Amino acid sequence: MSNLDDLYREIILDHYRSPRNRGELATPPACRAEGFNPLCGDEITVFIQVENDVLVDIKISGHGCSISQSSASLMSAAVKGKTLDQVHQAIATFKQLMTVHEANIDDPEPVAVDIRALGELAALQGVVKFPVRIKCAILAWNTLDQGLQDFVS
Amino acid sequence: MTPFDPVQVRSEIPLLARTVHDRPVIYLDSAATSLTPQRVITAMSTYYQRSHANVHRAVYVTAEEATALYEGGRRDVGLFLGSTHPDEEIVFTKNATEAFNLFAKSWGRANLERGDVVVLSQMEHHANIVPWFQLRDEIGIEIKFLEVTDDFRLDLSRFDELLEGAKLLSITGMSNVLGTINPLRELTQRAHAFGALVLVDASQSAAHGPTDVVDFDVDALICTGHKMLGPTGIGVLWARREILAAMPPFLGGGGMIADVSVDGFTPASGVTKFEAGTPPIAEAAGLGEAVRYLRELGMEAIATYEKGLTDDAIARLAHEFSGRVRIIGPTDGVARGGVLSLDVEGVHPHDVAQVLDQFGVCIRPGHHCAKPLMKRFSLAATARVSFGPYSLQSDTNILIESLHHALELFG
Repeated sequence: MSNLDDLYREIILDHYRSPRNRGELATPPACRAEGFNPLCGDEITVFIQVENDVLVDIKISGHGCSISQSSASLMSAAVKGKTLDQVHQAIATFKQLMTVHEANIDDPEPVAVDIRALGELAALQGVVKFPVRIKCAILAWNTLDQGLQDFVS
Repeated sequence: MTPFDPVQVRSEIPLLARTVHDRPVIYLDSAATSLTPQRVITAMSTYYQRSHANVHRAVYVTAEEATALYEGGRRDVGLFLGSTHPDEEIVFTKNATEAFNLFAKSWGRANLERGDVVVLSQMEHHANIVPWFQLRDEIGIEIKFLEVTDDFRLDLSRFDELLEGAKLLSITGMSNVLGTINPLRELTQRAHAFGALVLVDASQSAAHGPTDVVDFDVDALICTGHKMLGPTGIGVLWARREILAAMPPFLGGGGMIADVSVDGFTPASGVTKFEAGTPPIAEAAGLGEAVRYLRELGMEAIATYEKGLTDDAIARLAHEFSGRVRIIGPTDGVARGGVLSLDVEGVHPHDVAQVLDQFGVCIRPGHHCAKPLMKRFSLAATARVSFGPYSLQSDTNILIESLHHALELFG
């Protein structure tokens, strides 16, 4: 079961069982963005509150599999209280972590990413060995990205 | 007829000799696609090796053989479905979805006008919903849905009200999510009393029990090769010949014409007018072989065998998991097929399927292209287990072992 252990790390199961920053924020002042995974029916709503270029609060609601839910929870913990620059940086780094090079599809290795900078998020790197699940892991991040774009405009 | 022997059937499926993750493949996804017996694969490769030519018109030997294989497939499929005039009643398409689009757009445009009612059910696959919505958007028909009861049966309490003035009832023979088998004879009789035609989606049922269009007294029926031990890339529309004769062509191109000039075209007559372009020749040869094999096995025998497997699985899942694994579908064993949609306590269907894969167990998570039904039961997805004639009770043992593991991991 070594493969499964790669995917379902203890940190992931912990965030799935006890999701952080679960709930909603009043809009306005907060912004909301919705993400869907039409293939599996996962739905996620990300609420963000930005003050002076700082993401002062984030809440997440919706439903999905352990990978999408834990990724959302880990994301919320990683970006809360960070400047927007840092948040954008985190999104870019995470997407890079989830990138599979087609040449390595049989034995995908994450591209060079500073794992230390990711903290607990590094627990999700095992997902790249399960290409079908990458879209689960990335759903919350794309939704946050969308929310930030909506906020700017 | 020799008694039904699932071990023999299993031995004829090359894929089931495979291992994944160092374990034998336990295939429990026949509702998505059935596995292919060697003799079906051989029928298709023989066409490519010996008789590969295009069909119709050409007079050389291999072209005549190709035409004989293609038209022979049509007759075999017709015989399998109980068609009395297979040459005039069986249309080959790309898949069941294309067959629904053909019927909705060809029959629908010719026979329906603004305000006409088509009745579907809440347990339909999207293939029997979306083409009708497209037609609604195009010509303004009205679509009504028969609902599903809390115990996963078709709700017939409003049947007469919905069918009043309806032109068509288009309904599945068996739900691909619930496993529920619908009472086709009763539905047909009641729909006909309102003057409505009946189109049946037999995609899910055709390989798992007897299908007889005359006995069902339906007007049209659709099924798909790859769910019937046949190949992908071929679907089937059967309709009474007078209905097909009055329908205009669907796709235009080569093969479907009687004449073309710079001024326009005249469509071919018969089923040919619906088969534009080079048809699925190898697939027709393969599907013909598949339905001959199914007939040899005996559809009653398959239905009885799969009912035994399903009843056993329902009983053991209840016993093993005492409510932690819930079946979204009828559990009384009556009028249901070998499709078991599972709701595993605290474990998302995707995670269930991921854990099961490590045991070599192939099941399908998701909404199964039946979102109205999922919404009816407030579910985003289920973990669906489905049997075929090559499934064994020992498959259920591994299923249960792997479900225990999933519950343990996420519990």
